[in-house]
Amino acid sequence: MADSGQAAETRRSDGAAANSEIAAAFDDGPAFIPYLAVGDPSYEASKAYVEALARGGADVIELGLPFSEPIAEGPTIQGAIVRALEGGMTPELFFEFVEDVDVDVPLVCMTYYNLIYQYSPPGSDERGPEQFVARAAEAGISGLVVPDLPAEEADPLRAACDEHGLDLVFIVAPTTEGERLQSMMERVSGYVYVQARLGTTGAKSDVSDQTDRSLQRLSEWNVPKAVGFGISSGEQAERIVASGADGIIVGSALVDIVADGVDSEWSTAETADKLEAKARELAEGATRGQTEPAPSDE
Amino acid sequence: MSTDHATDAEDSPTKAADGKFGDYGGQYVPEALMPAIQELTDAYERYVVNNEDGFMDEFRQRLADFGGRPTPLQRADRLSERYDCDVYLKREDLLHGGAHKLNNALGQVLLAKYMGKDRIIAETGAGQHGTATAMAAAHLDMPCTIYMGERDINRQRPNVFRMKLNGSDVKPVTAGRGTLKEAISETMRDWAASVETTHYVIGSIVGPHPFPVMVRDFHAVISEEMRTQVREQTGGLPDSVVACAGGGSNTMGAFAHFVDDEDVNLVAVEAGGSSLAVDEEKGVAPNSASLSTGDEGVLHGARTKLLQDSFGQIMESHSISSGLDYAGVGPELAHLVDEDRVTPVAIDDDAALEGFHRLSNTEGIIPALETAHAFGYLEEHAEELSGTVVVNVSGRGDKDLQAAIEETEARDIPNAPDMSMFSEGI
Repeated sequence: MADSGQAAETRRSDGAAANSEIAAAFDDGPAFIPYLAVGDPSYEASKAYVEALARGGADVIELGLPFSEPIAEGPTIQGAIVRALEGGMTPELFFEFVEDVDVDVPLVCMTYYNLIYQYSPPGSDERGPEQFVARAAEAGISGLVVPDLPAEEADPLRAACDEHGLDLVFIVAPTTEGERLQSMMERVSGYVYVQARLGTTGAKSDVSDQTDRSLQRLSEWNVPKAVGFGISSGEQAERIVASGADGIIVGSALVDIVADGVDSEWSTAETADKLEAKARELAEGATRGQTEPAPSDE
Repeated sequence: MSTDHATDAEDSPTKAADGKFGDYGGQYVPEALMPAIQELTDAYERYVVNNEDGFMDEFRQRLADFGGRPTPLQRADRLSERYDCDVYLKREDLLHGGAHKLNNALGQVLLAKYMGKDRIIAETGAGQHGTATAMAAAHLDMPCTIYMGERDINRQRPNVFRMKLNGSDVKPVTAGRGTLKEAISETMRDWAASVETTHYVIGSIVGPHPFPVMVRDFHAVISEEMRTQVREQTGGLPDSVVACAGGGSNTMGAFAHFVDDEDVNLVAVEAGGSSLAVDEEKGVAPNSASLSTGDEGVLHGARTKLLQDSFGQIMESHSISSGLDYAGVGPELAHLVDEDRVTPVAIDDDAALEGFHRLSNTEGIIPALETAHAFGYLEEHAEELSGTVVVNVSGRGDKDLQAAIEETEARDIPNAPDMSMFSEGI
């Protein structure tokens, strides 16, 4: 796009700084960003699982706050959300979880807009994005992803995120281009969630060539680009980073392990070990995909 | 055929060109769907609002030839005597397919053709929208997949057969309680993957803009005819228009051309289910009365009134009629209720069955269980009625015979015939 040069200068059109923790996560080589639904299948188990992901090399962790109508999710993550809701997960418990979980990487909350819109802190009658973001910031959340909130409807949430220093991550679909892409890129902060293919979330054995085209469209912007939807192996992670992604987002392939653990009645420690191993495979794959080795302390 | 239809949308009182009705409405959908929603908005404005390429002319011709429009407005003599007012019935049950649903399904499938799409998907609750879409898709030679909750498939076998006979693929949805809410979510997931070639024929005035205004405009033919017919027969406008309301498509279709006539009472009859109380613990609202009892929230692409718990999780709704069994309602109806232009009334399962039997045994018309709620309202609120009351008979009850007999058997419905001879089923 001819006039995009100016937008490429800064992450946000108004020049506001992104959350520094999230920005730092991309400084040190490609970022591995795993997702799990909080409370799947229980509070304690998912705490162990999220900690295992951090040990396995996560740079940022997306924590799903479960909503009853997850229209952007495929069957795997729908299953996780049903298990978490049946296990009693609520927004307030979610924030307690964020305060409680022992990891030192930035945490991003992924949820649907109605839970943000309806959120009311305990003992208050006030509802809405401002209350939700204030509580999220207090609990230690660094950013938000809201799959059913397009940029056009995002201004109240964007303002609350600015107020409390949170990043607001938008999803760029293979169908996003032209003016929409421009307006989204002007509102995004932290990283762009590049949707690798059309459809809902879910592990796939092939990596879509739509990914390459999307990364190409986004190459003019210097916001980190994290690719998600369908990544399930270290090899795929490697290939996507080699195509120019700054990070990879993996949800369903990890949730599959949690689901297998529930079905096969594995102990929490056993499931956590498998999650850690899978995380390591994905993180190492992403690192291999890097064409120019980044300076590393490890 | 009327020739002034190109102005219909402009005449509509709550036009919502920006997709907002007050604070309600909007476009809360995953990013992948936004280009399709924008493409559809553009097509809606060109073809539906501005009649480009004669779209609305073709639509109306097909509604007449294939659908059998206009449907009659009939005076219900025995009900008029019973309630001491002039009751008129708008006979949408006589539209092809047995319900008002064809107006919208035919309009959207035709629009999809004009847009160059080559596949149709739709959700269905009672199966009425699914059968209407399957008929329209067969008529216009479009491949069609219908998503239907597993529980609804079991409640509405005959409609499943009809969809299959018309050549549609019926996919069961097993998530949640397997009703309309889950079927809509699942259809949106299909659309997110197939959006470039596929049009999603949504079945009510719900979802992201432009669906609420577009579906209303396709159904507005109901109140357009009603207005002319009631004038011809009574010399004036009705005192009240009564329609059942789930998502609200027959409701807005029946109200659209009367919204500006402040003297015409508009009554939206919701499913009161077994109770208006809510079980927060179980996440169940044993009703579908989102206009009467719901709170503002965001579901399936729009901000509207919803049945939800204090955290914002969507409740499982309930109604004896699957077509009303939905936790949300169209944003335009929610707005008109807030503006005190539309009066919402909840009618419970028992009263709906009473209405079902009343219309069946006094007028010789077996209504759909959805429609029966409007007649339950007449039965329970007779003392509030006066003058000319038009009731929208949104659908016929053939699909509901099994359920109506079972539900009647299980309750004490004062005006029901003895059905014990059918206790083995039909």
